[in-house]
Amino acid sequence: MLSRVADSIYWMARYIERAENIARLVEVNLQLLLDFQDVDDAKLKEHWDPLIRSTGDESRFYEKFEKATSESVLEFLTFDPENPNSVLSCVCNARENARMVRDQITAEMWETLNKLYLFLKSGRARQLYQTDIHEFYQQIKEHSHLFQGLAHATVTRDEGYDFLQVGAFIERADKTTRILDIKYHMLLPSVTDVGGAVDVAQWIAILRSASAYEAFHQIYVADVNPAKIAEFLIFSETFPRSIRFCVQKLNERLHRISGCPLANYSNEAERLCGRLLSELNYGSVEEVFQEGLHEYLDRIQDRLNEIGGSTYKAYMFLPPVDMEGEIQVQQQQQQ
Amino acid sequence: MHFENYTTDGFFDEMFEAPGKVRPHYQMLAERFDRLSDEDFEEKRQAVDLSFLRAGVTFTVYSDNQGTERIMPFDLIPRVIPADEWSLLERGLKQRLEALNLFLHDIYHDQKILKDGIIPPSYVLSSKDFRREMMGVDVPRNIYIHICGTDLIRDDKGQYLVLEDNGRCPSGVSYVLENRAAMRRAFPNLFPTAGVRPVEHYAEDLLKMLKYISPVQGREPVVAILTPGVYNSAYFEHCFLARQMGVEIVEGRDLVVRDSKVYMRTTKGLQQVDVIYRRINDDFLDPSVFNPDSLLGVPGLLNAVRAGNIGLANAIGTGVADDKVMYYFVPRMIKYYLDQDPILPNVETYLPSEKQDYDYVINNLDKLVVKAANEAGGYGMLMGPWASKEEIAKFHEAVSANPRNYIAQNPISLSRHPTYCGEAGFEGRHIDLRPYIICGEDIKITPGGLTRVALRKGSLVVNSSQGGGAKDTWVLYNE
Repeated sequence: MLSRVADSIYWMARYIERAENIARLVEVNLQLLLDFQDVDDAKLKEHWDPLIRSTGDESRFYEKFEKATSESVLEFLTFDPENPNSVLSCVCNARENARMVRDQITAEMWETLNKLYLFLKSGRARQLYQTDIHEFYQQIKEHSHLFQGLAHATVTRDEGYDFLQVGAFIERADKTTRILDIKYHMLLPSVTDVGGAVDVAQWIAILRSASAYEAFHQIYVADVNPAKIAEFLIFSETFPRSIRFCVQKLNERLHRISGCPLANYSNEAERLCGRLLSELNYGSVEEVFQEGLHEYLDRIQDRLNEIGGSTYKAYMFLPPVDMEGEIQVQQQQQQ
Repeated sequence: MHFENYTTDGFFDEMFEAPGKVRPHYQMLAERFDRLSDEDFEEKRQAVDLSFLRAGVTFTVYSDNQGTERIMPFDLIPRVIPADEWSLLERGLKQRLEALNLFLHDIYHDQKILKDGIIPPSYVLSSKDFRREMMGVDVPRNIYIHICGTDLIRDDKGQYLVLEDNGRCPSGVSYVLENRAAMRRAFPNLFPTAGVRPVEHYAEDLLKMLKYISPVQGREPVVAILTPGVYNSAYFEHCFLARQMGVEIVEGRDLVVRDSKVYMRTTKGLQQVDVIYRRINDDFLDPSVFNPDSLLGVPGLLNAVRAGNIGLANAIGTGVADDKVMYYFVPRMIKYYLDQDPILPNVETYLPSEKQDYDYVINNLDKLVVKAANEAGGYGMLMGPWASKEEIAKFHEAVSANPRNYIAQNPISLSRHPTYCGEAGFEGRHIDLRPYIICGEDIKITPGGLTRVALRKGSLVVNSSQGGGAKDTWVLYNE
């Protein structure tokens, strides 16, 4: 497989996964807002700031908008073409990458992505956004699900599929850390509110943002307990959006690409991924809280970035062609 | 949808011998469209457009800064060619391609046709598409033009004429296949009874030809399509063909030349490529020889060609044969190499660079069609009878300054075809035909081709960049 193609497939998968996660995050927090009383400017800022912070675009947001209101935040995270992490930008980037590898993905996958792109670019998207905002985000999520389902059902299991999965799982792991981290930034009215109604509502929103609400409750019946939620989202061996699950899949895919046995490693990406996986396999939620949830999640994000970077170096990095040098060499050979 | 008010206005009409009188091979279609209500027609039309947009069957227009993706306007009424007409076209095109390939081999080797005085040498040697670097180079199987998209038109008598030979990187074949797929979806019941010859084997024929020109024997050749990239207006087509053939699509930056061999850069290191179907013009193909500023090409590709390590379709230097001036000489080539008379005639053409033609052309610019020898896509063209005084004056100056760069032709009143024109219903619009020819072990022509239609009333320009649309083209099994 061409290095350039592997790179495009990887980013296509990352961007579509990112678009879906942002759509879910925004929608859940919009619903959460309905549960509050006396929403004023200060409260709105408290509510939305963590979200912007979690996507890592806080400074970009405040360059553009004065206040964090529902309107400005939603616009920024959904339609803003200048925000590289808005839903629109992610879908455009996913499609642009898909266009470069159209011969490598199936027609069904391409059409799904293109349909979502055409929808977002059309007046219908705005209209739906204004009349039925939940349906709007639903559409985005459904297209992403369809895309992933089609990848599962129509793509040959070859190297291309492995890179697709590498992109999807690394992005998903990263997003789960960020969703969980939001709770760290959310302020409670006072210390006595810990475990109170607002606190519980916020934790439930976190679970919903990670599509984990029902899965969590199947295991921990109606017990909304921060330590258990963190444990579930970080360490669950079976929940497909937990960090551990994603890193495990990532590790498998990386080894499939190289053909190296799981117990060994053949490049830096595999070494880093294996190390992170064993930390997750043998870690405990007590340790996480000892270190501090936010610090822990920050560290995981850095680790994921390193794995992404070394995967790029191992398979996708094209040392730029030195055109002038090449031309000289070839001209000498002509003589 | 009815043809009751349809008029032919004195043009040769593909469907109607005379108003109200349908030609036999269109009979079935006429009946089908007669039964179709306006609403059903509109519904099918919109469904087809939407399916093109969703599938991304688009080309990019750069006239505005946006680089907008557009679909090629598609007309639902197919153009029908009966079997006997098609067999004539087939014979004519095969003859032409045989002669062109012999000409190119000759020009890049012994140049007998010049030495025998059939074509004045200055025309060939002064052509900017004549590539000295290819002199004496043997290309695999001696084929130069592997893929050709010859443009054909019909005059007011219905006589087929060759308008130009596109022997460089002709595009548009993906529309032939996509248009057919769209028609099958829109009129599923029509096809089983209509007796239309299929076009779907094009990609197979193409791949077979590409493997045939592989310089390596004894192993399965590695084939790739070389594209200028995702921003090229025909990028959709490059992907489409790569997908249909199951070969890699590569950009210049994916390739490197080492020891006169071409390699692509993969996740597992360098892999040798044996055959390249390139969709980049000569000028941009190899910056170490041609345009040094090209970022699209591969330095050293020409070295690989000269060393015989790569099959390249089409070969470097075919432009010299489809130069509009060389077009004038194609009938002579056919006579010279094959000792035959051309089956498909040229449009009558004048060369301003020839003394006797120069005076006629320069004095009759208002009656002639003048074309720049090296432009494509309908640019650099004067339509004398419809042109303003300023345009004519401009061409007067340009032609007298550089006669070698122009040809002139009598205007042909292109045949017309019923075409859906919004509220006006069906009206006649001018059309041409571009069949796709593959020259490998033998010469294969996909039955049909791209019928382009000038959608603007009275217009003769069919290019998609200038308001042209397309029709599905049916070649029938029967007369």
